[in-house]
Amino acid sequence: MVREIVLSFQQNNFVDPGKWVGFENFRTVFADPAFAAAWLNTAAFSGLALVIGSAVPFVLAVVLNELKHAKAYLRFVVYLPVMLPPAVAVLLFKWFYDPGSGLFNQALDVVHLPPLSWLDSTSTALISLVIVSTWMNLGTGTLIYLAALQSIPGDLYESAELDGAGLLRRVWHVTIPQTKLILLVMLLLQVVATMQVFIEPYLLTGGGPENATVTVAYLMYQYAFNFGDFGGGSALGLMLMIVLLVFSAVYLRISREEAER
Amino acid sequence: MTTARRGLSLLLVMGLGLAAASCGTDDKKPAGDAAGGPVTITVGCEPPKSNPKEREAWEADVATFQKAHPNITVQGKDAFPCINPDTFQAKLAGGTQEDVFYVYYTDVRKIIEKKQGADISQYVGSVGAVKDLRPDVMGVFRDGDKTYGLPRNNYNMGLVYNRKLFTQAGLDPDNPPKTWDDVRAAAKKIAALGPGYVGFGEYSAGNTGGWHFAAELYARGGSMVSDDGKTAAFNSDQGRAVLENLKKMRWDDNSMGSKQLLQWADLMRMLGGGKLGMMIGAPDVVQSVNNDFKGKFEDYGVTAVPESGGQSSLSGGDGYMFNPKASPEKIKAGLQWLEFHELTPGQGQFNYQRAKEQGRPVGLPIPDLYGNSAPGNQINALRKQYATVPVDNFAPYVAAQGNITNKLEPPKAQELYAVLDVAMSAVLTRKDADINKLLADAESKANKILAKNT
Repeated sequence: MVREIVLSFQQNNFVDPGKWVGFENFRTVFADPAFAAAWLNTAAFSGLALVIGSAVPFVLAVVLNELKHAKAYLRFVVYLPVMLPPAVAVLLFKWFYDPGSGLFNQALDVVHLPPLSWLDSTSTALISLVIVSTWMNLGTGTLIYLAALQSIPGDLYESAELDGAGLLRRVWHVTIPQTKLILLVMLLLQVVATMQVFIEPYLLTGGGPENATVTVAYLMYQYAFNFGDFGGGSALGLMLMIVLLVFSAVYLRISREEAER
Repeated sequence: MTTARRGLSLLLVMGLGLAAASCGTDDKKPAGDAAGGPVTITVGCEPPKSNPKEREAWEADVATFQKAHPNITVQGKDAFPCINPDTFQAKLAGGTQEDVFYVYYTDVRKIIEKKQGADISQYVGSVGAVKDLRPDVMGVFRDGDKTYGLPRNNYNMGLVYNRKLFTQAGLDPDNPPKTWDDVRAAAKKIAALGPGYVGFGEYSAGNTGGWHFAAELYARGGSMVSDDGKTAAFNSDQGRAVLENLKKMRWDDNSMGSKQLLQWADLMRMLGGGKLGMMIGAPDVVQSVNNDFKGKFEDYGVTAVPESGGQSSLSGGDGYMFNPKASPEKIKAGLQWLEFHELTPGQGQFNYQRAKEQGRPVGLPIPDLYGNSAPGNQINALRKQYATVPVDNFAPYVAAQGNITNKLEPPKAQELYAVLDVAMSAVLTRKDADINKLLADAESKANKILAKNT
């Protein structure tokens, strides 16, 4: 990490000793037309992933927890995408999103809805990446929530049921308060993870259309490997690291609170 | 979402920083390279085992070379593709870069500027073939009076087309399009063959869109940058024509398919799949489509880029440069290997007789390293003598070469291509794309990039 910080203040060709350039690398990336887009997209991806990527596994966990039959089978099905190599999972969605013969547009056609451009439109590309990401990581989130749900004492639910509470009221008054800390920890972990989003834009959109899916990690890759500018890549990495450290610090604080509980 | 998975990309960049910390300043003297003594060189781009015929030829060449030079041991390093941009800096930082490393023309300028390749000027005089190489090709590896590498392959961009689809669409495959109007008309007919058929395919992501923009711009007589290389020059009538033409084909003619944001392998896959009519590409595209994407040589033809007659065509290719830490003995040995394997008619990559015996394709009009010179003519004669592919399919490309000037990629090529991806993706994904604004925006962004010294 120290070396990473050093590199962000150097021009380095990995042959000669690095040359100190002060904040030049930072000025370079600040002036990059894709810089603002990368941060905005990263923030938007994280925000959308929080809304979709947290809600879906939580709801699934609640549903799985309530099920009486086929629980093990469904748990396996939900966990299945996690077992696929990320590149395979992402490329599978490339086919799903195909505007011509893709599965999603065929499904829309079945219900008489017009086709969508998915990855090929600035308005839908980012959300399409969030969907892929949510699907790929659904299993892990669901299982963690499920474990948290199963640690809630059963008598709390029984009392709620005796008081006539339906599923939604039980979730609201028992499940959420009992899993509040886990939910917070998961949200923070998710922010830290989603802010580093790379493989989805790299494989699906190449940052397009019109920079709509360029993210900070993707821009780092461009600098380091396509432009051969490791200083610029490291400067971006340092900025991202600082943001992630803030979230990590909050995460650690909450984890400690949970442990002391 | 798992942090471990997400952390991969960050670690990729940061980890390299650590690799640099541990190895970047390692300056150990390589063993066994004393003057006149035995020397071992590592050489990139050995064909992988998954390509057994080319691997066999390489190994036979190494044996022949070592017999003639008993003090030199050649250690090939295989990879497919030969270079992955992700690993170049990592290998350099980690000290695992080959002594003689493979490189695309696109990256040569950057490597020279960053001093990541050895200056071989004082040794390259030993390579007799250098005096016959095309000056523009050798120019790729020169900076002022210094030389940094030798070429292996050279081509300029053309129009690759599917002859089978041309016939199916009622077009004459022996009379391919010469202008963009011809391309539009042909693309419409091919797209009309049915759902899934794409008349003309184009890139617009991962910097490949900007690369093809440059190819189409050069062919129309435009330039990416000013003569001094300090300002962008693509916001011109020619630049507008490139984007307007694509926009018309995409939205008015509906001949470019609905799926966009295509990158390098996507068009090859579509061409191999038999439903893509045309794309901008050099003859090596046909080789890739045949070798890696299940296409058949005889189904494809290549002609010049439309509008390029009397103008320029973006040139490209690959070659070898030297590890900046390689000893003079390694550099000398590497030059001997390259002269034997890459530059001698009838030997190494030009051993067409063996290629034919092995059942490998012979007859593509690449590489063109020597132009109209004695070794160039000798290579062409051998290529014709042992041809295994229908050379007539590439005749329009060959015939046009006399009127076309090779033009190199612009400075800061990848950065400019990344900027122009935005314009290319806009016209291909948005019906209301404002071409003037896209070009003006790209110009101002490109000017900032070109003004930087790094």
